[in-house]
Amino acid sequence: MSAETILKISDLDISFRTNAGVVHAIRGVDMDLQKGETVAVVGESGSGKSVTMKAVMGLLDSNAVVNSGEILYRRPGDEDAQMIDLLKIGKKQLRQDINGQHIAMVFQDPMTSLDPTMPIGRQIMEGILLHKNVSQSEARRRALELLELVGINDAEKRFKNYPHQLSGGMRQRVVIAIALSADPDILICDEPTTALDVTIQAKILELIKSIQEKMKLSVIYITHDLGVVAKVADYVNVMYAGRIVEVGNVNEIFYEPCHPYTWGLLSAMPDINTDDDRLYSIPGSPPNLLHEPVGDAFADRNPFAMAIDKKAAPPMFKISETHFAATWLLHPDAPKVELPEELRHRIERARKEAEQYL
Amino acid sequence: MVKYVFKRVGMAALTLLIIVFLLFWLVRVMPGNPFPSERMSDVQIAAKRAELGLDDPILVQFRNYVAKLLKGDFGNGTSLYYGVPIKTVLRTAVSNSFRIGGFAILLGTAVGLLLGITAALNRGRFLDGFCTVFSIIGVCVPSYVFLIFLQYTFSFKIPFFPYFFDADRFAFSSVMPALSLSLFTMSTIARFTRNEMVEVFDSDYVRLAEAKGMYGGKLVRAHVLRNALIPIVTVLAPLVVDLLTGALVVEKIYGINGIGKLMVDAITGEGIDYNYVLALGILYSTLYIAVMLLVDLLYGVLDPRIRVAAKEED
Repeated sequence: MSAETILKISDLDISFRTNAGVVHAIRGVDMDLQKGETVAVVGESGSGKSVTMKAVMGLLDSNAVVNSGEILYRRPGDEDAQMIDLLKIGKKQLRQDINGQHIAMVFQDPMTSLDPTMPIGRQIMEGILLHKNVSQSEARRRALELLELVGINDAEKRFKNYPHQLSGGMRQRVVIAIALSADPDILICDEPTTALDVTIQAKILELIKSIQEKMKLSVIYITHDLGVVAKVADYVNVMYAGRIVEVGNVNEIFYEPCHPYTWGLLSAMPDINTDDDRLYSIPGSPPNLLHEPVGDAFADRNPFAMAIDKKAAPPMFKISETHFAATWLLHPDAPKVELPEELRHRIERARKEAEQYL
Repeated sequence: MVKYVFKRVGMAALTLLIIVFLLFWLVRVMPGNPFPSERMSDVQIAAKRAELGLDDPILVQFRNYVAKLLKGDFGNGTSLYYGVPIKTVLRTAVSNSFRIGGFAILLGTAVGLLLGITAALNRGRFLDGFCTVFSIIGVCVPSYVFLIFLQYTFSFKIPFFPYFFDADRFAFSSVMPALSLSLFTMSTIARFTRNEMVEVFDSDYVRLAEAKGMYGGKLVRAHVLRNALIPIVTVLAPLVVDLLTGALVVEKIYGINGIGKLMVDAITGEGIDYNYVLALGILYSTLYIAVMLLVDLLYGVLDPRIRVAAKEED
């Protein structure tokens, strides 16, 4: 573990008590975040990507039970200090010392994540007043600065506006301003562009990227949109059924994917250069985690599944220093499986395209 | 905003006029006589009808009535308290009912809010369950049953409060009726507050506030209460009217000379007193419309979304 690691999730295991029974949503997740880098967590709905991040923020629903694991956080510039286990320090301390001022979050739906009865300026000031020892007027000045930073024109006028007076894109900018209000080190973005229309999406992503550089933030993106991942991420975690099935840097995931699930995700991206007139989709649906999957949770949907996939869950196989995947196909005894042809062509095209820009 | 207020007041006035007409017409269609007819001969009755103008066409009668009404004259009683101006009788009744009702509103709202907030903050725990059970009982038990229970316990078993209303010891003797009247309001407000708050607690904006680092009382005050209160105001409004206008049965049982009792007397006395029934009907409707109007305006103050919509109408 490098000294630059500021967030380390290890062996996280979470289940939810529901009326139907216990849902084992997170089944041993490991994840590292280095200072200043951007990590994307990719997966289908229900794969556990949001739950993992909610655990980091202490926002899990009351029926969630953390069975095991740790979420270690280290204040930047404090390399000798012990890492703090966010799961152990208790909610009150988490809110006082961590949320907002060290780890902040941007939510998916800007239409509902602002308080409808409070002017937006006030909502930004709240975060500043909560964590910084400053006067009202100083907080107001900083809030105006933040509004300008996130690209809201005539901030002075907008300051008194209520959320319903702003468009979706503007509201998401305000939510980002709120997240940045107490100078966090880590910004968690939970599908920040899903609820926005496409033209605004790109702008918001650029905004987050530029702020990340300015404020030296480490960013975690939760998304199911691989297009977003390609634009912003340094590292990618592919999650499936409460587990990380493949992790690597962005080139490894896009050009040398090893897990059949990642192949499926990549094939399912719309592509205008294909001759195929059908959009691929991964057959079947994710397993219901009310029943503990036996073997590899992806086996039923995996055209390359082997006998062992039905019996035992695969461990993480190392492909390179940064690239790991949990599939039995990487076992030395496994038969050699080629990438699906259509995907291979697509990757080749993408590589060529990328080379043009180099 | 001014235009919005005017528009709402105008609508309210029009509604009231329509209601007055309907009442006026219904009272006349109602079976029964406006005076103690058993003690009067046919000739007397005919003379009385002519005197009161009851044989005129209804629109003429209505015009005459409204003309008097606009001068603040409700007319005199025809069978109840004969000859005494209604205004005089009404004044005492309204004063009694409003004071006891007001007491009940304050008590019901304050305790109801407190219970609801406590339940929401202790969601899923003992206190939440307790408040739920309390609210269900409070909504189900009629106020007069509760009053009889109170009378039995605190006037008979433990002689402390008076059995009946006593205008000379107003505050002391209105404790039991106010308490029993407040029970329904208290329970409704408690249940509603609890549900609204729980909903707001689950909202995305509370999640965002928590992500900011807010928790506990600060979170509740800044983001939960106001958002939960907006719908509570709508529920509270009709309850307020119900309480102010007095519960018919409670006033009758406890011997309070209030408007509820007056209404019962006006209908069940010797002959239906047209003028009293009308005057009380108008009083009820006016109060109801006024409170609803107030709620609409208050909504604008509480909810910025409505405030802005109103501004755009200007």
